[in-house]
Amino acid sequence: MSGRLLLTVLVLANVVTALGVVHARHRHRVLFVEVSRLEKARDELNIAFGQLQLEQATWAESNRIDQVARDRLGMKFPEGAEIVVIRP
Amino acid sequence: MSWRNGQRKPRGNDRGRGDPRPSWRSLKELFASDDRRPRRGVRYNPRHRLTLVGGTLALCSVALVGRAFDVQVLNNDFYVRQGDARALREIPIPTSRGMITDRNGEPLAVSTPVESVWANPQELLKHVDRIPELAKLLGVPADYLTRKLGQRADKEFMYLKRRISPAEAQRVLDHEIPGVFSQREFRRFYPQGEALAHVLGFTNIDDRGQEGLELAFDDWLRGTPGSKRVIRDGQGRIIENVDLLKPAQPGHDLTLTIDRRIQYLAFRELRRALLEHDASSGSAVVLDVDTGEVLAMANLPSYNPNDLEGGRQDARRNRAVTDVVEPGSTMKPITIAAALASGKVTPDTIVDTSPGYMRNGPYTINDFRNYGALTVTGVITHSSNVGAAKLALKLSDDYYYKFVRQFGYGSKPGSGFPGESTGVLKSPDQWYGTDKATMAYGYGLSVTPLQVAVAYAALANGGKLIAPTFVKGQRNEAEDIIEPELAHEVLAMMQTVTERGGTATGAAILGYHVAGKTGTARKFSPQGGYSDQYVALFAGVVPVENPRFSMVVVVNEPDASAGHGYGGGAVAAPVFKNVMAGALRLMDVPPDDIETWLAAQADAQAKRIRANGGKPVADAPVLPVTVADATGAADPGLPDPVTVGGAR
Repeated sequence: MSGRLLLTVLVLANVVTALGVVHARHRHRVLFVEVSRLEKARDELNIAFGQLQLEQATWAESNRIDQVARDRLGMKFPEGAEIVVIRP
Repeated sequence: MSWRNGQRKPRGNDRGRGDPRPSWRSLKELFASDDRRPRRGVRYNPRHRLTLVGGTLALCSVALVGRAFDVQVLNNDFYVRQGDARALREIPIPTSRGMITDRNGEPLAVSTPVESVWANPQELLKHVDRIPELAKLLGVPADYLTRKLGQRADKEFMYLKRRISPAEAQRVLDHEIPGVFSQREFRRFYPQGEALAHVLGFTNIDDRGQEGLELAFDDWLRGTPGSKRVIRDGQGRIIENVDLLKPAQPGHDLTLTIDRRIQYLAFRELRRALLEHDASSGSAVVLDVDTGEVLAMANLPSYNPNDLEGGRQDARRNRAVTDVVEPGSTMKPITIAAALASGKVTPDTIVDTSPGYMRNGPYTINDFRNYGALTVTGVITHSSNVGAAKLALKLSDDYYYKFVRQFGYGSKPGSGFPGESTGVLKSPDQWYGTDKATMAYGYGLSVTPLQVAVAYAALANGGKLIAPTFVKGQRNEAEDIIEPELAHEVLAMMQTVTERGGTATGAAILGYHVAGKTGTARKFSPQGGYSDQYVALFAGVVPVENPRFSMVVVVNEPDASAGHGYGGGAVAAPVFKNVMAGALRLMDVPPDDIETWLAAQADAQAKRIRANGGKPVADAPVLPVTVADATGAADPGLPDPVTVGGAR
C-alpha cells in the first residue's frame, strides 16, 4: 500500500517538476528577450552618448576654438606688460 | 522510444494468446502455390516455416530497435548536431573598442558604429535589372559593379561599401534591392586629428591597433565579442533568442596622461617654428617632473588619423620616441653634473677655455668665440665646448660612461610605447681616443627627444629618475641617480642660460625662473662626416623652484638662410617659452619670480605715463573686472587693455 502511495507521490512530483521545467524554460526565454532588448537599448544610448561626445570634441577642437576666439571674437593673448600682478 | 514499444507489443500478443489462426490462414493463402506444386523429398512443416519467418522478422526488429537505440541514446550527438545546425545558430554580439581620453576626460579616440553594406551575389544576380540602381546608390559605375558581382557569382557574401554612416546605409537599404544587406561595424574617430596622431596611432579596418598607443594597449582597449544562440527559420530570420553563451565584453577605456590643451599648444608652436625656419621635421615632449607623466608629445610632419588614405609613411613615425639625434650642448649639464659629483670641481672652479679652440686628436674643438677663463657655471651659461671637454677629461672613462648611462641614455625609456629607441651610447671599450671629449658636448652619442626630457626631469626632480608613462595613475618607480643638492646646483647653473647674457634668453618666461640648455648639432651627411644641416634643440625645466615641467624641443634642419638663425636658442627656445608659458597658466603653477614681473610692470607703467604726456595713468584695476571691461580690451580705441592674472 505504502509502495503504491510512494509511486503516486513520485509520479505526481515528476509531473509537477516537469511542468516547472517547462515554466522555467519559458520564463528564461521571456527574460532573455527582455534582457536582450534592454541591452540593445543600453547600447544604443551608449552609442548616442559616444557620438555626442565626439561631436562635442569636434566642436571643442583646440584649433577651432583658437580661430574663433581670434577671428570672430577678436580676442588675443595678453602681452607680458598687460598682465597686472596684484599683491594682497 | 514509443514506436519501439509499439512494434514489440503486437508480436508479444500474438504469441501470448496462443491463437495464431488468423495469421496462419493468411500465410496459408500466401503459400498456396507451393501447396499445389508437389515436391518430392521435402516435408512441408508449416510450424517450422512459421518459426523461421517469425524469427527472421523478429531479428530484423531487434536490429532496427538496436540501431534506433544506438542512434538515439548511445551515439546521438551526430544527429543532435545535425538537427541543431539546421535551426540553432550561434551569432556574435559585436562590441566596441574602449575610448581613449586625455587626463581630464576629454575624448581623444572614440569608436562609433558605422554600417557596412554587403550583398549576396547569388541572390542579387537573379535581379540583374536592379544593378544599375544599386550602382547609382553606391556611386560606382554599373558595369564595374556587374563585373565584380560576376567574379563572385558563386559566393554568398561580398562587401559593397564598408564603413559608411548609418544614414547613408539606410538610404541604400530603403530601396529594398534583393540580396543587399547591412551589418554594423565600429570605426574609430580622433577628434584631435593630426595634433595627437603619433601618440595615439590608429587602428586597421578590423579595429585592431596598428600604431602608437592603440597598438600598445590593444588588448586592454579591444572588447571581446560575445555570442548568443538563436533559433532561425528556413529563410535565416531570427525567430527566437534562446541563450546567451558569452556576454560581450566592451573594451576598457584608457585615460592618458596627455593634456589636450598643452598638446595642442606644443603642436601649434612647433608647427609655427617649422614654418618660420623652413625646417624639415620636429618633435616636442613635455613631461611632468614629479610623476614622469607625458603631458604632451608632438611631432611634425603629421598625418590625419581619420583619413589614412595616401599620406607619407614617414610622417606616421613618433619621432620623439623613435628618432635619435645627437644631443649637442644639451649634454653639457650632465657632463658638468658628472664633474661636480666626482668632487674634482666646484661651481666656481675656473676653467681656462682660451684660445677658444682645442686640439682633440685629429679634430679641433671650437667655441663660438674665445670666452677666456670661465667658472664651471660660465661653461654652461656660454655653452663652451672647450670647457665641457676639459671637464670631461678630468674624469675616468668608466666613471663618465656610468654617470651618463644612469640618466637613461643608451637604454629604453620604458614608457611602453611601441618602437622605443635606445639611442646610441658606446661603452668605454669601444671609445676612440677623442670620444670622451666629444661626448662631453653632445657628439658621438645619440638620444631620442624623450630620453633628453627624462634626463632633464631627473635633474629637476632632485636627482630622481622616473621612467615616463602615458597612462594616468601608473607611476613608475623613482630611482635615485644623483644627490638632490647636486641636482639643485646644476639647475641653478642652467638657470643662467635663460637670463641676461645666456644663450637662450628667448626661453625666459616672465614671472618664472627657467633652467634650460640649448643645443645645436650638425647632422651626419649621407656621404659621411658632418653636413651643413643642423638640429636645433632646447631642453629645459620650469619653474626652477619646485620644478613642474620638463620640456624638450627638437627642430630638424632649420634653414639658416631664412635669416632667423639655426641654433637651439633662436629656433627651439621660443617654442619652449610659448608652450611652457601656456602650460604654467593652464596648470595654475604659481610664479617663483614675482620680482621680475613687478619690475616689468613698473617699466610698462612708466612707459605708459611717458606716452600719456607725463600724466599719471589709472593704477591697477579693481577686482572683479566686469565682462564689459574684458570685451573692451579687444577694441584698440579704448585705453590699455588690462587682464588679470598671475599671483593669487
